[in-house]
Amino acid sequence: MTEDMTAAAIARAVNAGERKATDVLDEAYERIAATETDLGAYLQLTHDLARAQAARVDARIAAGEHLPLAGVPLALKDNMCYIGTRTTCGSKMLENWVAPYDATAVRRMLDAGAVPVGKTNMDEFAMGSSCENSALGVTRNPYDRERVPGGSSGGSAATVGAGHVPLSLGSDTGGSIREPAAFCNVVGFKPTYGRISRYGLIAFASSLDQIGPFARTVEDAALAYDVMAGFDRMDATTVDRPVEPTATALRTDLKGLRIGLVREFDPSALGTEIAALYKRSYDELKDLGATLVDVELPTAEYGLATYYLIAPAECSSNLSRFDGVRYGLRVPGATVGEMYENTRAAGFGPEVKRRILIGTYALSSGYYDAYYVKAQKARTRVAEDFARAFASCDLIASPAASSPAFRFNAKSDPYSMYLMDYYTIPMSLAGLPSLSVPCGAVTPDDGGRAMPMGLQLVAPLFGEQLLLGAAHAYERATGHANALAAVTA
Amino acid sequence: MASDGIDVRYVAKLARLALTDTELEQYGTQLGALLEHVSVLQKLDTDTIAATAQVIEARNVDRDDLVLPGLDHAAVMAGAPDPQHGFFRVPRIIASEG
Amino acid sequence: MTTTAASGVTYEAVIGIECHVELKTKSKMFCGCPNVFGAPANTNVCPVCLAMPGALPVPNRQAIEHLVRAGLAFGAEIPAFSKFDRKNYFYPDMPKDYQISQFDMPLTQGGVVRFMLEDGTKGECRLTRIHLEEDTGKSTHAGSGDGRIAGSTYSLVDFNRAGVPLMECVGEPDIRSAAEAVAYLETLKRTFVALGVSDVKMEEGSLRCDANVSVRPVGQAEYGTKAEIKNMNSFRSVYHAIESEVARQIAVIESGGRVIQETRGWDEQAGTTHSMRSKEKAHDYRYFPDPDLVPMAFAPDDVARIRAELPIGPYERFVKYVDGFGLSVAQATQLVDNGALATYFDAVADGSGQPQAALNFVLGDLSRLANESQIAVADSKVTPAALIELVGLVQAKTINSKIAKELIVKLWAEGGSPKAIVERDGLAQISDPAALAGFLDTVLAANEKSVADFRAGKENAFKFLVGQVMKASRGTANPALVEEALRSRLSSEA
Ligand SMILES: [Mg+2]
Ligand SMILES: [Zn+2]
Repeated sequence: MTEDMTAAAIARAVNAGERKATDVLDEAYERIAATETDLGAYLQLTHDLARAQAARVDARIAAGEHLPLAGVPLALKDNMCYIGTRTTCGSKMLENWVAPYDATAVRRMLDAGAVPVGKTNMDEFAMGSSCENSALGVTRNPYDRERVPGGSSGGSAATVGAGHVPLSLGSDTGGSIREPAAFCNVVGFKPTYGRISRYGLIAFASSLDQIGPFARTVEDAALAYDVMAGFDRMDATTVDRPVEPTATALRTDLKGLRIGLVREFDPSALGTEIAALYKRSYDELKDLGATLVDVELPTAEYGLATYYLIAPAECSSNLSRFDGVRYGLRVPGATVGEMYENTRAAGFGPEVKRRILIGTYALSSGYYDAYYVKAQKARTRVAEDFARAFASCDLIASPAASSPAFRFNAKSDPYSMYLMDYYTIPMSLAGLPSLSVPCGAVTPDDGGRAMPMGLQLVAPLFGEQLLLGAAHAYERATGHANALAAVTA
Repeated sequence: MASDGIDVRYVAKLARLALTDTELEQYGTQLGALLEHVSVLQKLDTDTIAATAQVIEARNVDRDDLVLPGLDHAAVMAGAPDPQHGFFRVPRIIASEG
Repeated sequence: MTTTAASGVTYEAVIGIECHVELKTKSKMFCGCPNVFGAPANTNVCPVCLAMPGALPVPNRQAIEHLVRAGLAFGAEIPAFSKFDRKNYFYPDMPKDYQISQFDMPLTQGGVVRFMLEDGTKGECRLTRIHLEEDTGKSTHAGSGDGRIAGSTYSLVDFNRAGVPLMECVGEPDIRSAAEAVAYLETLKRTFVALGVSDVKMEEGSLRCDANVSVRPVGQAEYGTKAEIKNMNSFRSVYHAIESEVARQIAVIESGGRVIQETRGWDEQAGTTHSMRSKEKAHDYRYFPDPDLVPMAFAPDDVARIRAELPIGPYERFVKYVDGFGLSVAQATQLVDNGALATYFDAVADGSGQPQAALNFVLGDLSRLANESQIAVADSKVTPAALIELVGLVQAKTINSKIAKELIVKLWAEGGSPKAIVERDGLAQISDPAALAGFLDTVLAANEKSVADFRAGKENAFKFLVGQVMKASRGTANPALVEEALRSRLSSEA
């Protein structure tokens, strides 16, 4: 996509009075109209709200204000509350629920001048890695309509990958931003846990969920982060400590940085072509002045098991509130108990039920210590491993996903789908800031056109400034994203 | 780690999910398989390890005792499946079934 | 309290009480909705207390401090680390279908509740813990005619109360009678009111309690099977429910039956308890640390500061008044239940060293004037200092008790110093023989008939003459001396 379509360029032009937010918005809707029918990134387009917001932005600019995201078209994952919009979480349970309040992150983006154009498709309640678990629609990959966009934030990744909008928001619990970013050839960034308020983000796993941006450039992701990050009195798990600005601290080289390559994440296990791709990526890091060092994460192999106990346990409790009493779907029953069971049976899809069941089991009497507590302790070990690794490096580099985007229905066995998050889950367990930046393309095992891949970069807790700075240097030097063109209709 | 089969019927009751016999069967198998996968944790020594509930180490994050505006009644009832006289109506409650 | 049954076996009751008390705060436990009673249904609610998707709890610091104060008032220990847990179960008036509560790390642990019964005997009950949680909404059951859940066809839910801060006080099974149970609850109530942590209005449901009741032959070490009694909505019903349940259990055992572990509801009209659940199902609450909240940690000096600021407790007052001052339990209760009055009384009693005199003025003259004028004694013009001065004047016989009563009325009206008023109005008692002789001359001269009657043996003529002398002195004459002088005059002049 062209330079003048980045969030930075749009905000610059709108602030300078060279472009109107309302015009920028119209152009975005034109681009969406051109490819959305077969892409299916959105569950709803919010034309009226968007026009009103764009007009508000133009008025504020006319009044002399300067807004960091003035007029920037924005897509919102449909698990974020935005007043007056249906907020469905990709579930029949909330198919017609209209949010009466704004998520803090959404509110901060609105105040910064961003213009939400619609709500994007997702795996139901953010549980999945392909968007196939959405109960409300199919989203396809902008680079091959036969393939999934990744998930759970598939719609938000796809709309940016397709060039509809420069910026979107997703949420990442075990890789739900980084994996689809890799699949859709965009930048996807999950900040440190507690950096961006979860207030108004419909919970999947509270101790892991984190909102983050998708963008075409690292700079745009940084702009969005700078707007959203910081303590929120409505979320007791946000961290009350100053936010280092990132958009103004981007780097052009990696001189003096030690980048750790994780022994347990050796890409050669992923086949020769993918191994070669990552070898090249690591060389590119070195060419930019970084020193590559080997690090170990002995508990990496336990990440998946740990995650698939903790996340379901939390979700089994978080999703109890969907009981047909106060809002959302209700399926009648002779008694309240029957009404609950009928409502939840009809409202939740198979993957959500699976996770509620496993989580309920892991917390139930007699199994709590063996499963839930054991997983919490394993989580401590994972975090300790990273702390040890970061003693000898400043950043960690690894694949963002074990393969490029796969075809629909390719992962029928639940566990094979869970494996997609193998490289992203450990960072989530440790709460670490991490992102995926495009690093080229490979031909999938099952043929077809070359599909994008992502390089995952990871920093210590609160290391966003260094992380985004380094990713920017890599992106500028390699320009991999631009080497690949999305399919247009 | 207890690797005995899951009593899916009991767990489904706790989770208030109505499941058909086929589903009970199917989920039982899938959850059993997942438990096999997670049983690798048995290999991990955690005897002297503290449990992590939160990765952030904050303490005493609380609020002043101040009244803040809530939702107006119309907005509250707007999404109610069965509103009645400003209340949320629910079917017969069996005390023991809660 | 023990009961000897027909069989000759003597039983004792073993009672443990759990109560939930709504805390007095401006806003709810985890959101900014007002914590008030009686608003129209579902008008004091927000995304948080309605458990709307995406909403998150943030704890109310005031509620946490209230709980710590409550615990410290009973000598509980405040752990350095405490956390919130989720108690998972589905119920229509519980918005999240889990309750934010505390499982294994409550805010306070241990402590003892000491109480005094109406006959002055003392008792105590150990506290297991007091923990912080959130209240549920309220369901109104329709279709059963009597508003009961049994037989109802549907229910209407109001979430105004959902999320109101609640403390759960769990007591050890140390209580042995219905009277002790009530005394225990009275102490809790008086303590919480004195601390300002709760209004404890049972009629508004701000204190709700369950009693675990069992009986066992005196001398038997192990407890009998217990029943949990619910639906007791006043201290009176707590008393009667326990009495009735103890009798029922003894009757069951005496007739060769077994008491079964169950939940029983108190039926106020019938005056009996009835089984609420056929079978007690084991709950599986799946407690786990709430990942939306971070732990609470208390520095020892913060705890020490709060402890230092605690007011004197009701039990301590009872001991001081009954054991120390020899007041009756009824008198002590009058004071304890009126904190301001008790503080006023303490000031006068301690300041004058005459608790009984202070009590007579405070509960007598002053309380009467307070009722008439609708002004609280503590807010009246009669300062503790003034009353101390007045008590001193009486003790020094500077004024007599009759004058003292007049003086109180003046002080109530105009305030100021009793001494000054006594001087100004010449109310000092007259004991000077010469001055008294003067009054006698006048009175005897003016009442020759009475003098004659007296001499004729009419004793009440004497009383009349004394009254006349007092009258002549406007009440200031020393009555004892007046009688003395009068008798000698009348006899000598025979
Ligand atoms: Mg409780
Ligand atoms: Zn509220």
